[in-house]
Amino acid sequence: MPDKPIQGEKRVFMTGNEVVAWAALAAKAEIMYGYPITPQNEIMHYWTRLAPKYERRFLQTEDELSAGFTTVGGVLAGRKAFTATAGPGNTLMQEPLSMAEAMRLPTVVVVTQRGGPSTATVIYSQQEVTMTTQGGNGEGLRIVYSPATHQELFDYTIKAFNTAWTYRWPTFVLGDGYQAKLREPLTIYDPEEKGIELVPAEPYLGKPGMPGIDRPPTHVRNTYSVEEELAEVLEEYFKEYNRIATEVAEYKAMYIDDADIVVVAHGVVARAAKMAVEELRKEGLKVGYFRPVTLMPMPVEAVKDVANKAKKLLIVESAQGQLDKLMKISAYGCTTEFDSLFKPGVGITSEDIYARVKELL
Amino acid sequence: MTVQTAMPKCWRAETKPHKFCPGCGHGLVLKALGQAIDELGIQDRAVFGCDIGCSLLAWDFFNIDTVQTHHGRTNPVMTGIKRANENLICIAYMGDGGGYAIGAGHLVNAAVRNEKITAILVNNTQYGMTGGQMSPTTLPGQKTETSPYGRDPKTTGMPMLGPEMIAAIGREGAYAARGTVDNIKQLKGFIKKALENQIAGNGFSFVEALSLCPTNWRTNNVESWKFLNEEMSKYYKVGEFLVPGSQNKEG
Repeated sequence: MPDKPIQGEKRVFMTGNEVVAWAALAAKAEIMYGYPITPQNEIMHYWTRLAPKYERRFLQTEDELSAGFTTVGGVLAGRKAFTATAGPGNTLMQEPLSMAEAMRLPTVVVVTQRGGPSTATVIYSQQEVTMTTQGGNGEGLRIVYSPATHQELFDYTIKAFNTAWTYRWPTFVLGDGYQAKLREPLTIYDPEEKGIELVPAEPYLGKPGMPGIDRPPTHVRNTYSVEEELAEVLEEYFKEYNRIATEVAEYKAMYIDDADIVVVAHGVVARAAKMAVEELRKEGLKVGYFRPVTLMPMPVEAVKDVANKAKKLLIVESAQGQLDKLMKISAYGCTTEFDSLFKPGVGITSEDIYARVKELL
Repeated sequence: MTVQTAMPKCWRAETKPHKFCPGCGHGLVLKALGQAIDELGIQDRAVFGCDIGCSLLAWDFFNIDTVQTHHGRTNPVMTGIKRANENLICIAYMGDGGGYAIGAGHLVNAAVRNEKITAILVNNTQYGMTGGQMSPTTLPGQKTETSPYGRDPKTTGMPMLGPEMIAAIGREGAYAARGTVDNIKQLKGFIKKALENQIAGNGFSFVEALSLCPTNWRTNNVESWKFLNEEMSKYYKVGEFLVPGSQNKEG
């Protein structure tokens, strides 16, 4: 039985769901808790087939509430635990994740976005941005990565575990249904052989020693008696979150310096945007490309920089303005014009974006 | 002559006196639990999860690692911990709303999967922390804030029999019992067995404790004990319902 699931580097042709399972293995995730919901299901299928070979565990729970809360339990016990969900499952997950936020627990959640509101479609969308970045009742203290390619899906799933256990916030890999089901070539690898140090997990509960005698007992709570007590806790949380936000925030940009119009997109739509922008540049047109890789925290400084240079930002997303809202908040104070190409729950091609930009020029 | 029982060693003295209402049964249940933990010598391996509702006040009750969970979610959190680290002795502590209403699905599935955790449910026939609304264990005819003319079984059904349900659906190795705060020695015995059963890795271990809520019942001390012993105990039979090895249960 091989000790490491991936030896060196390996060229593969996989669905996004399979990529997630392998990335979690590579990140040394120890246990997955989950409940099926399309288009996420095969993450569980692949994990359950791979887990016994590498001494990993799995529990299928009775619903997504339980999947979220058991994941919280796994983290409290000091394991790299994760779960995956979509659509209405993500809605249910916000309850356990608000508990994780309240306690700063490094839960890792993979979301494969599908159409909404409600059951809608089981296919695809970018309509879970607001829910995933903001969360349940509270302030949305969490980290959300939006990978575009399968290579990034692999890279950022591994990174999600490291980020979660370094900074101690719930951390999300926000994919979608097309990405989940699409097969694509990529290179999977052992992160440690690439010099990526994996951050170890450690227990919150059940540490060595007699509590109250050898060490203080660990009392983890999410209830406070008066407003000021909560305010004190949140003040510390915001101080810490704002400190790490600039370290965590990521973006990608292209042809920004002289662009009249900058096309802004995230996730798989960013691939179409990039293709369209390359095509437009070949025609000598001053069009740029900007893509936030983290949607929470947003790369605010980079957004302001782009917004201060460009005459117009064209926000392209498979939702009715969920990325647009994040961009406008980040660009607050800049005078650039915003335009949009919104297709809620529908895919967007490079031709769509090309045509839209041509209209604007 | 009354024998003075010592405060359990695993209790956290700094947080005493505790925050429960005068007359509340939670203090008695937690005393029985504390004594059981002391006698088994498991303070350093125990992990205590408390639900929302009155049980949330127990978040700093013990010198034991504790997590305050959400309403009805104590069973899955303790399941997640146990599945990740079998060495920990996981105690899920909840009321009759957290266990039989919002958390009923989790309770049933924990029993059916035979999770190796111990769940303790305090039954005081109504939702205490939120001011006395009807719960799944409110007795027929009992007045609460949401059944002010008395609970009508025709429209709300009969009260839930939790340990009996666990016994019916439980698997080989599981344990189910009901105790009462009017018999702490027996209650401690049931809780101790439920912990030992988990430690042995036998199966899901469940104890319901009949308890008091004079605040919302609007009863004095005499009336409180009378309601517990004459009304509650009539419907909710005290005893063991499922003991490992006692029945032919398919694994």
